[in-house]
Amino acid sequence: MKTETKIGFILLITPLLLWLVLLIIIPHIDMFLVSIRERVGVRQYQSSLANYGTFFEEPLYIWTFVRTATMSILATLITLVIAFPASYYIAKMAKGRTQSVLFLLCLVPFWVSEIVRTFGWMILLRETGLVSSVLQWTGIVSGPVEMLYNDTAIMIGLVYTSMLFMVVPLVTTLESLDDQIIEAAYDLGGSGLSILREVIIPHAAPGIVAGSIVVFMLTLGNYLTPTMLGGKDSLWFTELIYLQFIVRFNWELGAAFGFMLLLLSSIIVWSVLRLTGQTLEKTMG
Amino acid sequence: MNQKRNLKITALAISATLSAFTVQAQADTLRLLTWGGYAPDNVVEMFEKQTGHTVEVTLSNNEEMIAKLRATGGGGFDLAQPSQDRIAGPQAEFGIYKPIDLSKIDSSQFIPSMLEATKGNTSVDGEVYGVPHVWGTSGLVIDTEKASMVKDYIDLCSDAVAGKVSYRLKRPTLIGFAYSMGMDPFAAYNDEAAYKDIMEKVEAKLIECKPNVKAYWGGGDELMNLLRSGEVVASMAWDTGGWKLNSDMPSITFVAPASGALGWIDTFVLPAKGQADDAAYAWINFVMQPEIAAMITDVAGNFTASKGADEFVSAELKAKYQASFPPEDVDNIKWYPPVPAGLEVLEGSILDRVNAAN
Repeated sequence: MKTETKIGFILLITPLLLWLVLLIIIPHIDMFLVSIRERVGVRQYQSSLANYGTFFEEPLYIWTFVRTATMSILATLITLVIAFPASYYIAKMAKGRTQSVLFLLCLVPFWVSEIVRTFGWMILLRETGLVSSVLQWTGIVSGPVEMLYNDTAIMIGLVYTSMLFMVVPLVTTLESLDDQIIEAAYDLGGSGLSILREVIIPHAAPGIVAGSIVVFMLTLGNYLTPTMLGGKDSLWFTELIYLQFIVRFNWELGAAFGFMLLLLSSIIVWSVLRLTGQTLEKTMG
Repeated sequence: MNQKRNLKITALAISATLSAFTVQAQADTLRLLTWGGYAPDNVVEMFEKQTGHTVEVTLSNNEEMIAKLRATGGGGFDLAQPSQDRIAGPQAEFGIYKPIDLSKIDSSQFIPSMLEATKGNTSVDGEVYGVPHVWGTSGLVIDTEKASMVKDYIDLCSDAVAGKVSYRLKRPTLIGFAYSMGMDPFAAYNDEAAYKDIMEKVEAKLIECKPNVKAYWGGGDELMNLLRSGEVVASMAWDTGGWKLNSDMPSITFVAPASGALGWIDTFVLPAKGQADDAAYAWINFVMQPEIAAMITDVAGNFTASKGADEFVSAELKAKYQASFPPEDVDNIKWYPPVPAGLEVLEGSILDRVNAAN
């Protein structure tokens, strides 16, 4: 009996271990080895930290790095602000059929791929696009307006892409909040705002943190949306990594960039968990 | 009993798989890494019918081709088509190609001057690594009604077209601007200090020009959309892009810049770990036949290095080519010489700085 459970355990854990070791751990070790290699001549390499040095010496790289992090945090906050009322409505006010329909509506955009969604935004926002034409037709503006190729367009695209990943954890945690607790809070004389602050948000905290972490990671690592919607000044850090690997044939610097990005996201997630007093077990469990 | 039967089934399955493999070895699968339009469906079908090989086409571009082959050490594909200037450098650096056995290629089907030039440009340590296939140029695609004053790359920075210009932030832009500023970057390829000097002047010009640019384009379709919608009236692009737009919108066309269009030749190379060399040679000899080469020209829009194929190309395309390239402009084409290893890093930092400038 005991050996049987053991075999069962091994069988169940094997796919996970294979996935972790083969697709996450080994490539990362290899990537790290590449990142500490410096090209000194044709097919000649030596190990050094020169690639990390390049990262810190070139203002463009650091600036893009900081910009990507700031915009990702901002995108996460905007997503949270938009998703919270929506999730609250889905979880608490909508009942039965309406609830499932609303939830489904959040899912619908994900039936098409990210590239199609991004093209959709391009059609809407471009100078000869839908929004610009409607504005001209109503007479609000006199000439065509360009809304594509800037940071706002990137932000819209990012928030739209990550909405679902915020709504799902929020709805789940909000649903577990007993309606009677909210009623009791009203009975005890709480105002709408104080109940939100002292009852609902503390209860939803694990969901908020979980959603924020997922959205932040997705945004930070997004390549398509910033590249397609962004303009000539809108660099994204993943774009730099792609450039180094594919266009410049400089895998060494690209690998170093990859590690900097990994480090950055780990630090930010860790500090958010510390700041909010949450632990990874609590939010993900 | 049961176990024995299982064993038998397994043995059967194994032998079936093995025989499947041997069958495959006789009629090869040619894994072709190429550009859009270079392996049209009808050509692939004719080839498969005639030789019995099957062709798997993967579409890509220069940088991705090299990155893909580098990642596998030259495996995963049996025939690739990078441009001729991107063969010697990557071969010296990464060893991703294998030499071409010229005796297996019917050299009488090639335009002799183009074959010789490509052989010279793709030689490493006395071995030839590439033979020419499709060639074309990059220059200016402009809306002749709204931007007829644009005659050279440098005119893209003029006030007349402010905010309605697009080009790529890639090496052809650096080279093109250098030529139109009166410098000769190809002559300085092997003199890093001189090349750096040229590139720094180009950098200053591109930064000055940045407010004129609507967006740096990345893919061909993106640029087509910008031009078609009229949001951009002058751009740096390939000749075929201009000719394609010309058929829908007569005012837009390709113009060879005053300082000379930049000429490229896409080649055939054998990846180092390719497994179907015979099929690869068969494909090269097949598509270089004049009639077949003309079919590729009709789809891709660009002419090939196949001798005598011009006769079979549609008259419409020929007319567009002649309109964009009067004879003196053909002589003025600047052909890309092989990029020395390490030059991309220098250009990369220039492009980064242009990108970062405000």
